Amino acid sequence: MPASAARDGDLVVSLRGLHAPAAALATTPALHGLTLDMRRGEQIALIGSSGAGKTSLLQSLSCAVTPLSGSLELFGTNPWALSSRDRQRLRGRLFLAPQVPPLPPRQRVVTAVLAGRLPSQSLAASVRSLWHPREASLAHEALCALDMGDKLWERVDRLSGGERQRVGLARALVADAELWLIDEPLSALDPARATQVIEQLTEAARRSHRTLVCTLHQVEVARRGFDRIVALRSGVIVYDGAAADFTDAQVAALYGSREALEIQADGATPQDAAPSRAVDGARPPVPMICR
Amino acid sequence: MLPTPAPQVASIARHDPALTSRWATVLLIAVLLWPLVVLTEFNPSVLFDARSLRSTGRFVASFLPPRSDAEFVWLLLHETWRTVAIATAGLTLAGLIAVPLALGASARLSISALARPMAAWPFALRSVLRATMVLLRSVPEVVWALLFVRVVGLGPTAGVIAIGITYGGMLGKVYAEILEASDPAPTQALLRNGSGRLQALLYGALPQCAAELVSYTVYRWECAIRASVVLGFVGAGGLGQMLDSSAKMFSGGEVSAILLVFIALVAASDRISAVLRRAMA
Repeated sequence: MPASAARDGDLVVSLRGLHAPAAALATTPALHGLTLDMRRGEQIALIGSSGAGKTSLLQSLSCAVTPLSGSLELFGTNPWALSSRDRQRLRGRLFLAPQVPPLPPRQRVVTAVLAGRLPSQSLAASVRSLWHPREASLAHEALCALDMGDKLWERVDRLSGGERQRVGLARALVADAELWLIDEPLSALDPARATQVIEQLTEAARRSHRTLVCTLHQVEVARRGFDRIVALRSGVIVYDGAAADFTDAQVAALYGSREALEIQADGATPQDAAPSRAVDGARPPVPMICR
Repeated sequence: MLPTPAPQVASIARHDPALTSRWATVLLIAVLLWPLVVLTEFNPSVLFDARSLRSTGRFVASFLPPRSDAEFVWLLLHETWRTVAIATAGLTLAGLIAVPLALGASARLSISALARPMAAWPFALRSVLRATMVLLRSVPEVVWALLFVRVVGLGPTAGVIAIGITYGGMLGKVYAEILEASDPAPTQALLRNGSGRLQALLYGALPQCAAELVSYTVYRWECAIRASVVLGFVGAGGLGQMLDSSAKMFSGGEVSAILLVFIALVAASDRISAVLRRAMA
């Protein structure tokens, strides 16, 4: 852990009216005027339906996209006002785990996990670790926490999708980062594993006073495992508060009126339910009937 | 049974939008190639008339049998070793030139391109490095060798430097292109989390590219052997010089012995490449 004067409760992330795109060179905003504060030691679940802007928010927080307008502050500084070298050093204090684990196929699991330690290592130490990983026990601990200890010396392309996802999460556990941004850690895992993984992540973050931000589709897991929920819909925050106060009605409202309509229609065929907005103004959409 | 779509939906499937441009490309290539064929007066039937066949027969007969007495074979092995040494030393020099150029020219390791279009200075630097590699490989190695023979004298040094310069440009270009063809996700993930460029290369890009890089380098080593033979004609030593003197004395047996050695060297290089590719797969 780097020696820093930060204490629990310090502001780690501060957004004010942030408009940001979804991808690095896009011009249309995916986030519309977000205002959000995150303090050190918090554990936040980010939920919302597909396309709501969860991944875009993580991309903005990890300095992977430049904001279009509004202010973004990480660890008390605006990263886009820094020089390239300082910004790269700032990036070393956070860790982004994408939804598809970015692991080269022919690499061994131990090297893939220890790649999380690169920002805090010198080049010589990294080269030596490539030849003979001296911190293999660290990687082994992280893998054991995720129930994958026996795969330490395996090659990444011999693992299943769920195992690869857990290797990506093990990289977060060994990284020396103060802010963990994890995108959909449970998409390839079965429900039993999912609970275990979330417990391990939140426990590790709590033990080392790190801020954890996790996007999830599994609302139940979010409610049970996290203290705070931030819900997004079409790039706007619709709920920001304690997980315990997030009601079922709010869940239904969050995931869109179309699903709610189908639940209420009970028995009516999709043909009978009127579309909320005609796609082509002149003609109604062509019905495709499955026999 | 799939549902049959309505008529206005089915008409979409009848016209492939890429077909027109494909035909246009094929016609353009044909139109460009035809004048080239005509200009080189390409006429393979000349090889097969009676007089050509008789000269070919006499020419081939003079090659057999290949000369195989002990003294000649010993000389042959000595010169082969010298040729392989020139090729290997030249390729090592080329590698030392190519690796920094390729790493600098590849956009895969760009930090400024992570979230914005690449900044001006890094782009200019990468363009300069690419231009350097173009310059290095534009001049054929024979011309470099002729130049260096005047500077350092007759012998292998001129050959090594000539191969080093030209092959440095070639290796650099292909290394940069192999790096760019790799999956960007692992390298970008590491750069985004704050690692250094070389660290991201070693842990993200190299595991994907290693087999291609090695097999291309072994292929270039094989080409360097051929190049060092050609350089021998201009005085850089090795099998080339031996081939030159044997051809001038019209001793077909010696020439065929030397050619058999070339074939053996290329076959050995092919084997090495196959073994290495399988080991790194």
